[in-house]
Amino acid sequence: MYFAIVFLPLFGALITGLGGKRLSMRAAQVITSSFLVAAAILATYAFIGVVQHNMAAGEGHGAIEPIKVQLLTWFSSGDFKLDWALRIDTLSAVMFIVVTYVSSVVHIYSIGYMEGDQGVRRFHTYLSLFTFAMLMLVSSDNLVQLFFGWEGVGVCSYLLIGYYYHKDSANQAAMKAFIVNRVGDFGFALGIFATFLLVGSVDFDVIFHGAEGLKEQSLMGFDAVTVICLLLFIGAMGKSAQLGLHTWLPDAMEGPTPVSALIHAATMVTAGVFLVCRMSPLFEMSPFASDVVTYVGAATALFAATVGMTQFDIKRVIAYSTCSQLGYMFFAAGVGAYGGAMFHLMTHAFFKALLFLGAGSVIHALHHEQDMRKMGGIWRKIPITYTYMVIGSLALAGVGIPGVFGFAGFYSKDAILESAYAAHSLAGNTAFWFGIIAAFMTAFYSWRLLLLTFHGTYRGDKHTFDHAHESPAVMIVPLALLALGAIFAGLYAYEWFFGHDRFAFFAGAIAQDHHDIVDKAHHVPEWVKLAPLVVGLAGIATAYLVYGFGNLGPMLSKMFMPLDVLFRNKWFFDEIYDAIFVRPALAIGRFFWQVGDIKIIDGLGPNGIAGRIAAGARQIARLQTGYIYHYAFAMLIGVVVFATYYLLVVGL
Amino acid sequence: MTHLDLIAFAPELLMAAAILVFILFGAFTGDKAARPVAIAAVVAMLIAAFLVANQGTDDGNFFNNLVAINDFTGAAKILILLVSAASLFLALPHIARDINKRFEFPLLYLFATLGMMILVSAQDLMTLYLGLELMSLSLYVLAALRRELVRASEAGLKYFVLGALSSGMILYGSSIIYGYSGATNFDLIAGALTASDGNNIGLLVGLVFVIAGLAFKVSAVPFHMWTPDVYQGAPAAVTAFFAGAPKLAAMMVFVRVLVGPFGDLTAQWQQVIALISMASMILGAFAALNQRNIKRLMAYSSIANMGYALIGLAAGTPEGVQGLMAYMTIYAVMTLGTFAVIMLMRREDRPLENIEDLAGLINQKPRMAAAMIIMMFSLSGIPPLAGFFGKLMVFMAAINEGSSLMIALAVVGALTSVVAAFYYLRIIKLMVFDPQPDELDHKDAREWSITAGVAAALLIVLTLGFQHLHAWFVGASAVLFTG
Repeated sequence: MYFAIVFLPLFGALITGLGGKRLSMRAAQVITSSFLVAAAILATYAFIGVVQHNMAAGEGHGAIEPIKVQLLTWFSSGDFKLDWALRIDTLSAVMFIVVTYVSSVVHIYSIGYMEGDQGVRRFHTYLSLFTFAMLMLVSSDNLVQLFFGWEGVGVCSYLLIGYYYHKDSANQAAMKAFIVNRVGDFGFALGIFATFLLVGSVDFDVIFHGAEGLKEQSLMGFDAVTVICLLLFIGAMGKSAQLGLHTWLPDAMEGPTPVSALIHAATMVTAGVFLVCRMSPLFEMSPFASDVVTYVGAATALFAATVGMTQFDIKRVIAYSTCSQLGYMFFAAGVGAYGGAMFHLMTHAFFKALLFLGAGSVIHALHHEQDMRKMGGIWRKIPITYTYMVIGSLALAGVGIPGVFGFAGFYSKDAILESAYAAHSLAGNTAFWFGIIAAFMTAFYSWRLLLLTFHGTYRGDKHTFDHAHESPAVMIVPLALLALGAIFAGLYAYEWFFGHDRFAFFAGAIAQDHHDIVDKAHHVPEWVKLAPLVVGLAGIATAYLVYGFGNLGPMLSKMFMPLDVLFRNKWFFDEIYDAIFVRPALAIGRFFWQVGDIKIIDGLGPNGIAGRIAAGARQIARLQTGYIYHYAFAMLIGVVVFATYYLLVVGL
Repeated sequence: MTHLDLIAFAPELLMAAAILVFILFGAFTGDKAARPVAIAAVVAMLIAAFLVANQGTDDGNFFNNLVAINDFTGAAKILILLVSAASLFLALPHIARDINKRFEFPLLYLFATLGMMILVSAQDLMTLYLGLELMSLSLYVLAALRRELVRASEAGLKYFVLGALSSGMILYGSSIIYGYSGATNFDLIAGALTASDGNNIGLLVGLVFVIAGLAFKVSAVPFHMWTPDVYQGAPAAVTAFFAGAPKLAAMMVFVRVLVGPFGDLTAQWQQVIALISMASMILGAFAALNQRNIKRLMAYSSIANMGYALIGLAAGTPEGVQGLMAYMTIYAVMTLGTFAVIMLMRREDRPLENIEDLAGLINQKPRMAAAMIIMMFSLSGIPPLAGFFGKLMVFMAAINEGSSLMIALAVVGALTSVVAAFYYLRIIKLMVFDPQPDELDHKDAREWSITAGVAAALLIVLTLGFQHLHAWFVGASAVLFTG
């Protein structure tokens, strides 16, 4: 069963990828989608099985051995032995659910969204291939296999961002995503090497068992565990677009919208969070590394939210929102609430995919218009999409009635902020206040998006407005599943991830104990529990003030000019990187190309040698004069030289 | 002279008898006899080769120690006879076209081949000279056979004058050797060397002259100058003969003289041979780069290839000699095959000589082009073709010999084969990728296609059966190192 969950998407991708034109486009879509739905059904069974097993064992049982599915031996070289194996525990089961559900929805949704595109075989093949790589990543038994999945999703992300390959901007965005991720992946690879160096294995079981032995060790003068954790975290930062390595994510919106929903919101970008949770036993041992994670996460949450308030491209707003929410997950993991991080990862996957697919529906309705300045008042035209967007936004803003009911984000975001507060450390407090401010902004930009897009008067091309239409059922119906997740996932999963069942539920898959941060988070002051909701509602109210009754946005922009410029230009990250890294790199490259390669290597090497040889050949040809006395002379000279050589050298 | 001498010399006697009979036949029949005589000559050579192969038991010296018969001379003669027969077979269509149907033509092949057989059997400097002159004089005439063509006359004359000079050097060297050792017989020279007090400078100087004369025959630098002019001037069929059997014979006698009587001086002559070898490889590789005429190109190619073969001799070890024999055998196959293709470069029944005329051959004559591609790959030494193993053998011999001079030789050999690969591969590029200027003649003589096909096939078969070839040469070379 576990094998089928992971490999069904691969088989689907192989059939459509190799089938080529022999398959009709429809057939390719149906094959990949049905394979994924099958995988999703199996994943449900797997999840229920794992949860029942863990719950039955009960809390007292502690860690439960994960289920292992041995596939093949990959390496066996000296001491280094490595298997292809699936590791099924709560962590991977949760990820199975998230990945297969969102992927199935996106597969089916894409049938409608990509209607009329000539490359849908390719598109669905990539989607399925991506899903396989992602499942491989989350079910991996060791760091190297995880890296395989990690790079696999990276490649698929590259392929899908550049799906419209005739567009220059899409190609550049794809390359940017790949190159920025290279920085993170380099850190990740170093982390794997360091782990192997110190532990002698990359197998999770061996690493966690050997973790105690690492305590006193050092690597190049630094604490070994801290070095490993920071290196792995650099990898996580790249994949999860954390501050510093985040620049590729907004540009990745060049890909088709379903791709943004699947890869750049729900699954791939959360791989970094997953990695930190998977390696939680190590992070627990290094307070410094955990603090770094907390600070980076908090800074990202705030930074991305500020930028999100000023963007006009509907997809970019959601992209910055994703970036911000990933920051929340990281600082949750940083203060030690890994369950909270996974909780938010799961709920976020549902409501963010919903938002993206809803935005896709808007874009579809308006003939690929993405600029919110050219939208407005279209809720009457596409009421179902509007409803979905409102649900998604409510979940994102974390709205709910304490003690009665709340949307998904209400529970998970609160859990994270409470944990941060409960940490009572500098990092925790920073994260808490940054998180509160970001929560206000989140609510603000969510409603800004809703109001600009659906309310007010229409500001775009009249013709487009007249033809605006609700999306077909194949796009609308799958969203219901995500909407259900966005509404109920928080309510029903709270106890598992963050409540009293958490020990039985995770059963050793992440690091936690009875006096950890989550326990303290349950005993924070009442105002801390209410604060996120209050600032969320305040954010919504502010948004109504600014955009609800005529547009006060431009006026505010003028009032807060310096801040507005800073936010609108994404804190100038792209410009700074361009000046510091890109242009010097290009200059160095040009130097090595023009001077190093063409002049020195080619000049002295291939071209130079070839030139000398040709010249030498002409000289030698000139020896062949055709005169017989020259020939005879050459012979005699030869004899004389040889004879003299013997007389002088050998004879004496 | 006993009847044992006659039995031991049976193959040579057969050749001589055949020559006499064919002369008489030709004299009475006129030029009509050219083709039948040529075919008969091919058959005679094959019978002689058969005889050589089946006389293995009575090894030893004969005719008052003037000739030696052993495994080495046997192997050399078989190779020479087969290559000569193949060259004459390849030339059959030319007798009617370019040779004016002279019946002397096949006879000269027979004379030259007989000379080579005597040459490799020589156990005395006098016999050596006799064989060498019989071979050379026949070759001079062959080079100038088309005396109505200026270029052919010029080639013949150059070859003759320079050849006479080299013969003079051999004679002069022989007399010096006689002066210092008191003998012309190989065994006696060897004995004199063993008995000497270690100062053999006189003998060495004599040896230098003999080496120069033999190096002329194998066209090694700096005694190579005649080669491009003669190769270009002579008809392609004759050039094919020049490039094969005489080189083989001269190389074998080179081995016999240096490893035999002068075996004690290996350390001394090794340096000269290494120098000659190195210069040949370098010049052969570089000078061919700018050649447009394919026969001149093959001339430089043969100079370079003699350089490679001489690596084996310079090593002075059994392994080196085996390498040389293998290299020369494979080289002869490649050369004959290549010339078979060169011969079909004809337009309106006139031979063409520029490599550009090969352009686009793959479209018009795919099978011949395929054979040529195999030949060129083999010449550039690309595995798994036989040419690779030839090079491998001599390089291995040099490396295993171990002295820095020999290792340097192997390195130079490897580098120059890279340079040489350029002009071999350019021919392939021309045939496969370039457009054909004009169609070549459509009707090819069967002899050409058979030779090209067999040669190409041999290059693959020799790879598969390389062990057997190698075992044969191991046995043959063993004789040289027993004394």
